[in-house]
Amino acid sequence: MPALELTELTKDYLVGFWRKRPKRALDHLSLAVEEGEIFGLLGPNGAGKTTTLKLLMRLIYPTSGTAKLLGRPLDDVDVHRRIGFLPEAPYFYDYLTAREFLDYCAQLFGLTRDERRRRVSELLERVGLKEAADAALRHYSRGMLQRVGIAQALINDPALIFLDDPMLGLDPVGRREVRDLILELRRQGKTIVFSTHILPDVETLCDRVAILNRGRLHGLGHLDTLLKMRAKSHEVLVSEPSDALAAALARIAHGVHRAGDKLNATVTPEQLFAAVECVRQHGGRLLAVTPVHTSLEDYFFETFGTEKVPELAEKS
Amino acid sequence: MIPARRWVPIALLVGLVGGAAVVRVQQQVDASLGPLQQEVDELYLPSPEWVKRLSLGYDGLLACVYWTRAVQHYGRHRLEAWEGGRPSYALLYSLLDITTTLDPELLLAYRFGAIFLTEPPPGGPGRPDLAVKLLEKGIAANPDYWRFWYDLGFVYYRAGDYQKSSEAFHTGAERPGALPWMRVMAAKVLAEGGDREKSRALWWEVYHSTDDKAIQTSALNHLAGLKVDEDVEQLQKLLKRYEEQTGQPARTWQELIQAGLLRGVPLDPEGYPYRLMPDGSIRLRPKSRIVSTLARSD
Amino acid sequence: MGRIGAIALNTFRETVRERVLYNLIVFALLLIGTAILFGQISIGVQTLILINLGLTAITFFGLAIAIFIGIGLVYKEMDKRTLYALLSKPVRRYEFILGKFAGLGLTLLVNVALMTVGFYAALFYIRGASGPENFPSLVAIYFIFLQLLLATALALLFSCFSSPVLSAAFTFGLFIAGSFSTDLLALSKAVQAPWLEGVMRALYYALPNFRNFNISTGVAHGHGVPGVLVLHNTLYALLYTGLVVAAAVLIFQNRNLK
Repeated sequence: MPALELTELTKDYLVGFWRKRPKRALDHLSLAVEEGEIFGLLGPNGAGKTTTLKLLMRLIYPTSGTAKLLGRPLDDVDVHRRIGFLPEAPYFYDYLTAREFLDYCAQLFGLTRDERRRRVSELLERVGLKEAADAALRHYSRGMLQRVGIAQALINDPALIFLDDPMLGLDPVGRREVRDLILELRRQGKTIVFSTHILPDVETLCDRVAILNRGRLHGLGHLDTLLKMRAKSHEVLVSEPSDALAAALARIAHGVHRAGDKLNATVTPEQLFAAVECVRQHGGRLLAVTPVHTSLEDYFFETFGTEKVPELAEKS
Repeated sequence: MIPARRWVPIALLVGLVGGAAVVRVQQQVDASLGPLQQEVDELYLPSPEWVKRLSLGYDGLLACVYWTRAVQHYGRHRLEAWEGGRPSYALLYSLLDITTTLDPELLLAYRFGAIFLTEPPPGGPGRPDLAVKLLEKGIAANPDYWRFWYDLGFVYYRAGDYQKSSEAFHTGAERPGALPWMRVMAAKVLAEGGDREKSRALWWEVYHSTDDKAIQTSALNHLAGLKVDEDVEQLQKLLKRYEEQTGQPARTWQELIQAGLLRGVPLDPEGYPYRLMPDGSIRLRPKSRIVSTLARSD
Repeated sequence: MGRIGAIALNTFRETVRERVLYNLIVFALLLIGTAILFGQISIGVQTLILINLGLTAITFFGLAIAIFIGIGLVYKEMDKRTLYALLSKPVRRYEFILGKFAGLGLTLLVNVALMTVGFYAALFYIRGASGPENFPSLVAIYFIFLQLLLATALALLFSCFSSPVLSAAFTFGLFIAGSFSTDLLALSKAVQAPWLEGVMRALYYALPNFRNFNISTGVAHGHGVPGVLVLHNTLYALLYTGLVVAAAVLIFQNRNLK
């Protein structure tokens, strides 16, 4: 049974002065997330990622379509006992301390006082907020608030966790910690769905991704499948090539690059066979043939053309 | 960041000087505004029904506000009278009317009106008719309060209508808790009209029946006035005797003392000497608050 | 303690940490204290002034609290999006509304209690030791509390769909209109056209009748309060407040959060 299943989920907003014009924020989105997966939601601003999460959390209501969380329909509020959610750029009650806030969240799950005390301490430790736990949230930095957000998403030890832009506001160290946390959660058998703009994280973390643009699904699947589908070239690595070989390769390939005693030729899939044959003919030593993965950025740019490409965060 | 030792003294200086200036200018404003504000006061007084309607249920509080205004109005005009002016007390009835419409149970307002609306100038507007109107309103709203009948009887008495006065005392005597001697007073007033003895009894009862300082003071002034009237009658007899004896009217009290008619300079109930005027009339000290029919104070 | 209780206590905690509250209470107590001074102007009405002014002060300061905090109850959470984290937990929308209402109600209870203590302190100072004549004032204060709950419910309702400024204006406007109700009924009888009379009578029943609860004038004169009135006013308050809160639940339930 999939942990999360969306079927033709659609959301229209009525805009305009008389609220007559429908603006489609999500267009018949269908996907399924298996248990234990780390699933990425990707797309430029306005793609519908946050809209999807808001629909799943019942913060807004769908125009049509359905969804199932852990096998339960959308209007089952009780399934939220097993769900955690980190909103984008979260804002919490600034008159509470982190400890009080987490305790409040825990109360909403009906945990006993001892359980609450234990879980809250654990989580504060886990997200690195033990020292600041008793300061009011109004004094917290963006990064600290992000950690509180992660803590409150995990307070009930959920089976399915939604994270809307979890790396936002964190420094590189923090991002690594969150990354490790997500991997740890997967090891515990939890399912994680997160939306992000940080492409390298997607590449390292996600099993599968859904790529959204303007409310529509543009791609769904394993990342390397998606990217390989568009793999445009291969790299042929040759050791100690003779000049003749180098010249021959330069004629075939659309890019040749020398690095020390090695030669790297970039060829299209069509040119690949010819290039390998060329190396064999010249008696060169073929070290490797690797497909060039387009980066996600390339994929985006290519797919969405001149549309806005999500900003790359610093690669850590 | 300006250090404290620099801005504190400057702030204090500016605060004090500025504050003093504001106070001074405000005083000027008050002075120049004075007549304007009073006129506004006199021009606009809403009708009682509308005030009640607009009070949105907070009429008890508003009644206290209008009561305070009524008392202040009376006090201000009374002061003017004692300074020698001729005040009108124009708003007294209206303010009391509004007060009692807002809170029909504010008993003191009716009694205050009874005493002071009847008071003849300069101490009041001299309008017993308005006093009666107010009291009848009070009786309608508080039928078991016997004192209103007393006050009504007293208003008629002071106005000289002994018939109605007697009737009021009589009706009031029937009410629960009424003073027993009201019945006696009813009969006597009907039979004999007004005299000093009855007035004294009536004013004493007013004095004892309230703890409102204004009413008590007025009662005492009236009682003192009755004493003054007695004194003046006595003194005038002595003056006549002196004139008969010596053939000339006395010019000073000393002459009477030397003639053995007086033991000392005659003093009014407050302890001030009576003034013997050139035309032979006797007056109280100037600015005396005593209400006497025979001796003026100016 | 259930989810509604958790939300209520959290709301209470929020209002207690709102410093505006303390200022209002101090002002109210000051006002009650100065009522003693006002009384000096005309003795004989001192108690009258104290009771009238004291009860009015409790009403209006309580109303200020109910409105200032009530208008933000739901609006703030929607605007600041603290609701995102909250509703992702197994919290039903109606539980949220009820919890918010209960929290502010609790705050009002504490504040009214504090002001009542100040009020009676002043009363005992003037009137001396306690006696049965002091009891009607307590009933009057209970009625004031019912008014405040009603005002809170209205502020809460507006908070679900309107900005704070408009919510404050609407709530206060309804308070004024509701205090005007008896006069509305009287006016309707004086009106010539029967259709207008019908409209005004309908309006009379539709508006929240705050006038019902205003007995300070009578109480100041020591009149007792008939038990039937207590019962009826309580029922009216519960009923009307319940309807308003139910409307708030409905509106909030269907609302797409931004």
